[in-house]
Amino acid sequence: MSDIYVIIIVSAVLNYMTRLGGHLVLSRFGTLNPRVEAALNAVPAAVITTLVAPTFFTHSWPETVALLIAGLAALRLPLLGMFAVGWVAVVGLRWIAGA
Amino acid sequence: MARDRYGGGSFENARESMSSSQFFAGARRSIPILISTAPFGLLYGAIAVDQGLTVWQACLMSLTIYAGASQLVGIDLFRNHAAPWIVILSIFIVNVRHVLYSAAIGRRIGHFPLAQQIVGFFFLIDPQFVETERQAEREGHVSFAWYMGLALPVYVMWNIESLLGAMFGKLIPHPESAGIDFLLPLYFFGMVMSFRRRPLWLPVVAVSGVVCVIALKTLGSPWHVSAGALAGVIYAAVFTRTEEKA
Repeated sequence: MSDIYVIIIVSAVLNYMTRLGGHLVLSRFGTLNPRVEAALNAVPAAVITTLVAPTFFTHSWPETVALLIAGLAALRLPLLGMFAVGWVAVVGLRWIAGA
Repeated sequence: MARDRYGGGSFENARESMSSSQFFAGARRSIPILISTAPFGLLYGAIAVDQGLTVWQACLMSLTIYAGASQLVGIDLFRNHAAPWIVILSIFIVNVRHVLYSAAIGRRIGHFPLAQQIVGFFFLIDPQFVETERQAEREGHVSFAWYMGLALPVYVMWNIESLLGAMFGKLIPHPESAGIDFLLPLYFFGMVMSFRRRPLWLPVVAVSGVVCVIALKTLGSPWHVSAGALAGVIYAAVFTRTEEKA
């Protein structure tokens, strides 16, 4: 049905506008107020946290504990090392939880 | 020092090096993204066809919308035969966070020529945003070649995975086996940790996380991302120290 094509194309255009829009609007203002600057510097932590928080708080305990272990690993290891630690942790903890 | 690419070190100081080496430096940063998103690309393709989309329609979504979470939200609503405007609105709500990415990253790639900006902003998915922010912190400069070196492998693989998932979805094991479903949250958590030296990092993470979970329990799924993100950003704007400004 052609509705699907309309939905896909309209969503794609809207999505691209969100990716372009923030910069377009902000670049109309010359220098940035320090509060705006602080807000922009907080964007990575603020937004990416919301992509992890559901896993941290609403899954079963192996995911929560594995993220805590991975968080400690991240203090010392590069990303791929932290990745490996977290992956091994969740597989092991799920095995324990299921056993 | 044209030959120091054989130096083997990861410390490349030549900021204005050839754009191909910039491209490959960006591509190297895409490796963890490729690992952590691959299962979701396959899963997306499999679910899309399972919900009644054709292989071509499933691929068209990946080619044009190119946003994993909202593609899955859209598919879910197709299944429930929601009205088209509800599907579009839901996809849009999931993607509103990109406005924040766009505003923040404009400071890093706003120096691109206009045509490169028009191309570059299309690829502004979550990992593209965070890796570009990290690159700007490391090098103080983001080149178009580096940016596309990061973006293109992820885009190409996402579309190949969508196609494979759509064609061979029945063969794909359930992602909860072997902890594969955990890889994407794990990658994002690594990204959150990598910004821990920024001012206000801990309170921003705490505020975003708590508001996100409260919104998830009360308002429900598409809203929790925008609510948590806005809470953290507003917190930073309100509680930043501005007195040192003359």
